[in-house]
Amino acid sequence: MSTHPSRAMLARYADREAVLDEVTMWSVETHLEGCADCRSHVPAGDNQALLDRIAAGLDQGIAAGPAPARRRRSQAVRNRWLVWHLVPWLTMTVAVLGCAVLLQALDPRVPLVLLLAPIAPLPGVAIAWSRRHDPAWELIAGTPKAGLTLLLRRTAGVLAVVVPALALASNRTGVSLALALLPCLAFSAATIGLGGFIGVHRAAVWLGSLWTLAVVVPSIATAHPPAVLQSGTSGFWALLTLILAGLAATRATNFRRLSSHN
Amino acid sequence: MRTVSAAESAPTTYPWAVHAQELRVKAGRHLAVDGLDLALDTGVHGLLGPNGAGKTTLMRALATVIRPAGGRLTMLGETVDGRADLRRLRRGLGYLPQQFGFYPRFTVREFVEYMAWLKEMPKAEIPGAVQRSIDRVGLAAKAGARMKTLSGGMLRRAGIAQAIVNDPAVLLLDEPTVGLDPEQRLDFRELLRDIGVDSCVLVSTHLVEDVVAACSDVIVMNEGGLVHQGAVDTLIAQGGEGDAGDSPAERGYSALLRRHRSAVAR
Repeated sequence: MSTHPSRAMLARYADREAVLDEVTMWSVETHLEGCADCRSHVPAGDNQALLDRIAAGLDQGIAAGPAPARRRRSQAVRNRWLVWHLVPWLTMTVAVLGCAVLLQALDPRVPLVLLLAPIAPLPGVAIAWSRRHDPAWELIAGTPKAGLTLLLRRTAGVLAVVVPALALASNRTGVSLALALLPCLAFSAATIGLGGFIGVHRAAVWLGSLWTLAVVVPSIATAHPPAVLQSGTSGFWALLTLILAGLAATRATNFRRLSSHN
Repeated sequence: MRTVSAAESAPTTYPWAVHAQELRVKAGRHLAVDGLDLALDTGVHGLLGPNGAGKTTLMRALATVIRPAGGRLTMLGETVDGRADLRRLRRGLGYLPQQFGFYPRFTVREFVEYMAWLKEMPKAEIPGAVQRSIDRVGLAAKAGARMKTLSGGMLRRAGIAQAIVNDPAVLLLDEPTVGLDPEQRLDFRELLRDIGVDSCVLVSTHLVEDVVAACSDVIVMNEGGLVHQGAVDTLIAQGGEGDAGDSPAERGYSALLRRHRSAVAR
């Protein structure tokens, strides 16, 4: 004996005008909830037209309404590359480069932008992995990602700000873009490589001081561009960058091991 | 599918979760931990001692933040020294430092997420683990609040949430109950007992009552060395009516320190 309602019964259930006693209607409804075969035999009739009207109305409402709000990108995702305590240092770096552009415009004999390019990223790189400047340093230092992985990410974040600033400064002053950017990258790699031995902060201070005393100060004093930044030295800087980047890569384990640096 | 905690997935061939032999650790130029012998396994261990006893320096060495100056330290089967590659070990650690630093613009959820990422948790597991750890410390209602808007007690709980997000095999908590109100402290003790079932938990505190309520055993340090290690009852048994303190455990603690100091003075 079949327990499925007849087609006629389903037609009467679907017809809103037809009279169907309450008990029958409930039993049909209960059956339809569990029987996909019978549901497919329920005539659409006015219901389909009603559903179509509702769907069309919804589509119109969505099209006319405001665009859906963009999902806020997590702060944590951004912080994988850059942390807030770097912002003041990067602002200072960009401001110093801006001043260098102005001063070079006043006295074009001293290529201030070129002289500052190698040491421009060093404050940011020094602060990127520093016990004194990162409020969460102790917390982070005991995690598996602490060390070179994190330092490289944060250095990339620093370069993402410094490199465009340098490119803009070199464009404004008419100096070679390669001569501005390659020493910048070479000194960043040197800081990380040397940082594997003596700590990144200390390495940045040493390299910055050395460059300032050996190149920047004599060049400003004599108003002559240094030989290491003459046109034609780009190849040297490119090779040096590659060598120093290789050196930094070989020091990777130093950053994962415990030390008293940083 | 049930996620496997670090405690469960860690190798179980090592005899102790933490094993220190003649351990020496410097705090600056001062030798803050001097010749410490300590062996810890699963359970909640309370670390007591007066100021300057070397508790925080010991915690920092166990958290692999500073390098031991001498002796031998083995954790989860890995020897902690200047040659060790600590990546695998650190995946099984949870640490709440005494000076809990954080990024003020982060929300609680973002902060715990960031720490989970730093702990190299599988990406797919991070959202669930973050929510669970925030729920466990009772901060679910504040998950979207920026860290700079939290009270001291809430910050401490956020710190505990980041420490337990990876289900660590060794959990190190330095003064975790500072800033917690009495009700939160009771909840925290319950949480500790729960975590201590399958993890090694070391809790450094000044509060003897926290140790009595939540810890399976107690370690007492003084001037960089181990004074006592044993069940809480053994600490209580040290005290007498004439000793200073409001509770039997406090009297035991003060008696232990008094006897140790007089023995050293002789």
